[in-house]
Amino acid sequence: MPKVKITFWRAVLIILLVVGAYATYVRFFQGLGASTNLTDAFPWGLWIGFDVMCGVMLAAGGFTVTAAVYIFNMKKFKPISRPTVLTAFLGYQLVVVGLLFDLGRGYRIWHPLVMWNPHSVMFEVAWCVTLYSIVLSLEFAGVIFERFHLFKLLQIQKMLVIPLVIAGVLLSTLHQSSLGSLYLIVPNKLHPFWYSPLLPILFFISAVCVGLAMTIFESSMSSRHFGKQLELPLILSLGRTLLVMLSIYTTVRFLDLLHRGAFELVHKGGWETGLFLLEMMLTSVAPICLLLIPKVRENPKGLYLASVLCLLGFVTNRMNVSITGMEAASGQHYFPKWTEIGVTLSIIASGFFVFAVCVKYLPIFQHEVAYQPITEPEALQVEVPELSNVEY
Amino acid sequence: MSKALLYDATVCIGCKMCERACADHHGLPYDDDIAAEQKQSDHKYTVVLTKDDKFMRRLCMNCQDPTCASVCPVAALRKTALGPVIYDSSRCIGCRYCMMACPFSVPKYEWSKALPLVRKCDMCSDRLEKGLPTACAAACPTGATKFGERDDLITEAQERIANPPGQYVNHIYGLKEVGGTSVLLLSSVSFENFGYRTDLSSEALPLLTYRVLSHLPDVVTIGAVALGGIWWLCNRKEEVAAAEGREALSKAPVKA
Repeated sequence: MPKVKITFWRAVLIILLVVGAYATYVRFFQGLGASTNLTDAFPWGLWIGFDVMCGVMLAAGGFTVTAAVYIFNMKKFKPISRPTVLTAFLGYQLVVVGLLFDLGRGYRIWHPLVMWNPHSVMFEVAWCVTLYSIVLSLEFAGVIFERFHLFKLLQIQKMLVIPLVIAGVLLSTLHQSSLGSLYLIVPNKLHPFWYSPLLPILFFISAVCVGLAMTIFESSMSSRHFGKQLELPLILSLGRTLLVMLSIYTTVRFLDLLHRGAFELVHKGGWETGLFLLEMMLTSVAPICLLLIPKVRENPKGLYLASVLCLLGFVTNRMNVSITGMEAASGQHYFPKWTEIGVTLSIIASGFFVFAVCVKYLPIFQHEVAYQPITEPEALQVEVPELSNVEY
Repeated sequence: MSKALLYDATVCIGCKMCERACADHHGLPYDDDIAAEQKQSDHKYTVVLTKDDKFMRRLCMNCQDPTCASVCPVAALRKTALGPVIYDSSRCIGCRYCMMACPFSVPKYEWSKALPLVRKCDMCSDRLEKGLPTACAAACPTGATKFGERDDLITEAQERIANPPGQYVNHIYGLKEVGGTSVLLLSSVSFENFGYRTDLSSEALPLLTYRVLSHLPDVVTIGAVALGGIWWLCNRKEEVAAAEGREALSKAPVKA
């Protein structure tokens, strides 16, 4: 049975990669016009709306969980810090890959690092994403050092953990909210369901919600496909925190809509209203109602369902901000071309593939002490107690 | 003093000499087919729109406080002292945030090229440096597009609206829109007929993002101190507990 499953997913992966490879050829040899449905009136599409906006959001587990473990000293969450840091690390690499497709001149992606414009939100996002990628790779380096028994390096890395985590939390706070700030500049173009002066705050709170939901989702997925999962009390406590964060998000979002008088626009109907209601349903009503029921909240399957709804909801939110909400002002309808969808799907597929490989070959889900240097009994005695004691 | 263009739609005869002059100056192709295109694009920086018997030009408004220059992550766009908003193509990474952000949706992209650039009217910045008017203003046979000092052109536009009254809609488009622009428009019919937004605020848009960005140093400084403090407190609590726990443990056997 498991072999059939693996073969099926491998087949899916290969098909997606072949489609993606051809789409990549079209993109880089024939240009953005041939490979996308983007126009002068609608210059940002799926690659920005999904690959970048959703990609960064879905990688938010990294900073949420490391903050809980290292800053707030909630050690019980330590076992999940590795899978979430790995997801975040891969997530940001994939965002950069997506950006290389979307940028007209991707080979100049480094320009913002040397050609400054501190008044630009995009400039700030570029810097934050670059620095955070470095922070994530240093955070993740511990796993590699441990896997290859590089204990000296591991010790150095452990000394740097707290500054790294603080930097990671700050950088994430800044760019998660800045992805919302990007849209502050289009008050006349973005639909009032989504344009709000609170966009940066809403984007930040929703990133925290997504960080928690992704962690629950990943644990469930890895228990299904890798036979590795988190302890139940951990997931339950994540679920409770998710309920609190979703309630905060919903309160802010609701009051913001109310005070801007945006609810009145619901009567106008149209697909904006449809997608807005769908988003509110998935981000707020459904997951909160589910999590309020103790039977759902205290059961991994119920939590999985609530998390998936919440993830779909916030993906809808990001797509609404970047695509749905911008259509009316642009005067045209945008739907991604097959090449755009092909590239996005193959990027996601390669993300899943690399994650699976990492879980298989690196100590992601295992407890740290499982990897002791067997060949060096002397070192074991000296190093291991230190390692397991270095708790922050 | 900053230069500007005043376009008076009531004087325009729709000859499109401005379109041709613009194409010639920027080395772009121009023929009957391109002349018939009724929109700005990567090969047409200005267009004379025709609706019934009315005309209206569209070109980059060359804003006083340009949104495109504020959003560009590599400072490829910038406003010169003379007025034009110019584009340094060697910096451009192709993120197209300028196209998204421009309240007039002016910047256009070379969608068909493998290595594309942003294209837009630059108010003939090179001609202005030499003391010449823009190519479109120089080519206009009726004076519908007039080049001059911005302040003088505003005074002239106000006079044209006032004497005799009723000829124009009482609105100098570009006087206040998003903080003012270097292109000023006069028309006898609503600007909305030609796709000009009339709901733009008189405040420059860059402030909307800068108000948030200016808090960045505060977030970083306060955030770093706060996170460091929380870490210290949480850790300290545990150290104390551990120390007390050890003491308690060592005393325990004595009591027992």
